[in-house]
Amino acid sequence: MKTSLRIFIAGLALLLLGSLPALAAGTDDASAMFKGLKGNLDISGGTAHIPVMKAAAQSIMAVNPEIRITVAGGGSGVGVQQVGEGLVQIGNTGRALKDSEIEKYGLKTFAFAIDGVAIVVNPANPVSELGKDQLKKIFAGEIRNWKEVGGKDAPIILYVREDGSGTRETFEERALDKGQASDKSNVVNSNGAMKTAIGQDGNAIGYVGIGHLDATLKGVVLDGMVPSQENAKNGSYQVTRLLYMNTKGEPQGLTKAFISYIYSPAGSEFISGAGYLPTGAF
Amino acid sequence: MRKIHGGTGAAERAGEKAPLLLRLAAGMALLGIAMLFAMILAFALPAFLQPGPGGAFGWFWRPYQGEFGILPMLAGSLLLSCSALLLAWPLALAVCCWTLSAAPGLLRTGTRAGIRFMTAIPTVVYGFAAVFLLTPLIRAGLGGAGRCWLAASLMLSLLVLPTMALILEAGLKPRLDRLCLGGQALGLSKLEILWFLVLPQSRKTMLAALLLGFGRAAGDTLLPLMLAGNAPQLPGALTESLRTLTAHMALVTANEVGGAAYNSLFTAGALLLIINAVVSLLARRLAGRPGNLPGEQM
Repeated sequence: MKTSLRIFIAGLALLLLGSLPALAAGTDDASAMFKGLKGNLDISGGTAHIPVMKAAAQSIMAVNPEIRITVAGGGSGVGVQQVGEGLVQIGNTGRALKDSEIEKYGLKTFAFAIDGVAIVVNPANPVSELGKDQLKKIFAGEIRNWKEVGGKDAPIILYVREDGSGTRETFEERALDKGQASDKSNVVNSNGAMKTAIGQDGNAIGYVGIGHLDATLKGVVLDGMVPSQENAKNGSYQVTRLLYMNTKGEPQGLTKAFISYIYSPAGSEFISGAGYLPTGAF
Repeated sequence: MRKIHGGTGAAERAGEKAPLLLRLAAGMALLGIAMLFAMILAFALPAFLQPGPGGAFGWFWRPYQGEFGILPMLAGSLLLSCSALLLAWPLALAVCCWTLSAAPGLLRTGTRAGIRFMTAIPTVVYGFAAVFLLTPLIRAGLGGAGRCWLAASLMLSLLVLPTMALILEAGLKPRLDRLCLGGQALGLSKLEILWFLVLPQSRKTMLAALLLGFGRAAGDTLLPLMLAGNAPQLPGALTESLRTLTAHMALVTANEVGGAAYNSLFTAGALLLIINAVVSLLARRLAGRPGNLPGEQM
């Protein structure tokens, strides 16, 4: 009981701390863009989108008491299905829509963020470049010593993110080509925890959202692709995916305002805050 | 008693009104607990009933391959709490005996105050400190990732130590006080009285401390989440990673809504609830036995 209460309070404190700057950043836009609008907006789909959607929803609802926005997960498939059937107004996907989906439901798609994932090691690790095959074998637990990939004679310590994490999804899809990491990998539950773990351990390897790359980590060059925000944007770094919002037909009213809000400077801030890069299109 | 009768009269009269409110409060608390049990068991039932390798009672957690086994986490919870108790229980007993008998005045007060203070430290502080202080030591000394069974178990034993020491002290002190004069007249030291006379009679107190400590250790989430590494596997050594039921629930609830992974969480929750309910019922039974009440033994 005590422990759960503590976690609850800690969580609450973190939430408050986290949302303060977001609220401050978003309120001006939020009050102007949603003037005179009211009603409900339901959003579901990709889990990677949730932090951005929630931050935006909170800052909108804070200044517009007549607007209610709900954000649910479910995955890309659920997002497409629910928006197509009219259960939600915005269905999020972590992949481009298939032609069949666009035809069947008459969906319009809005790419708003690039989710790039950098493979990282401790800065003290001499290995700074890996091939995709080597990476796959490392995460499958087949290569277990750094000397097999040109490093020192030390065991490789694997770190991964928890099930359902968008970062993990992108990593496994784009870097491991839909492979999975070994059961023996250590699991951490945020980009921050990953940074701490890798920053401490000279033999560890893991991955973070590319927006979280800093001096405490070394981004590994993968098949010659250098992980950086610029490279993720211009397409030369490919462990990335786009995050999309989808609507049935041309968005109207509140839905339209929400999408424009995501593309506004305040929206960009939420996107960067979640560790993604704003596409800046629109 | 008689002398302060005028004072207690009002309280007694007020006490006559209380039963209804008290009963209401107790009823609501009971109802809440019953609903919690019913909810969790109802949600867990599908996973309990689902047979075969994809069900909750498998040894592999591989959601992408349709395997949602939580047995490694159950084993992790049991291994971790037992190993933490293995260290914490003897230590708690030793600390308790020492403060009760042999410790010189200032040290005794200091130790007692320290132990009381330890109960107030939030687990996240232990976890945070251990991530930066303990895990690098283990990594340097024993190899591996540093976040492992050993790290979590050391910190967990620190967490349950004060709880157990306080229960032990509460149980042993009245008995020691009663035997002290007679024992010392026979030429025994306090430590000897404690060791030869009090402890043999206090098996139940010691067991109750053990059980409550176990409940606390098995229920803690943050320390294993931060320190145990969380790999869904059976650890082969103290330096290997393990995942507890609690940490598992914290990891999966972050992202999943619906689906087999989500449902298996209720199985995990039901298991935890059952483990803790059994343990606390056992502990209460033991603590409630007449032979264990201070003043009624002998």
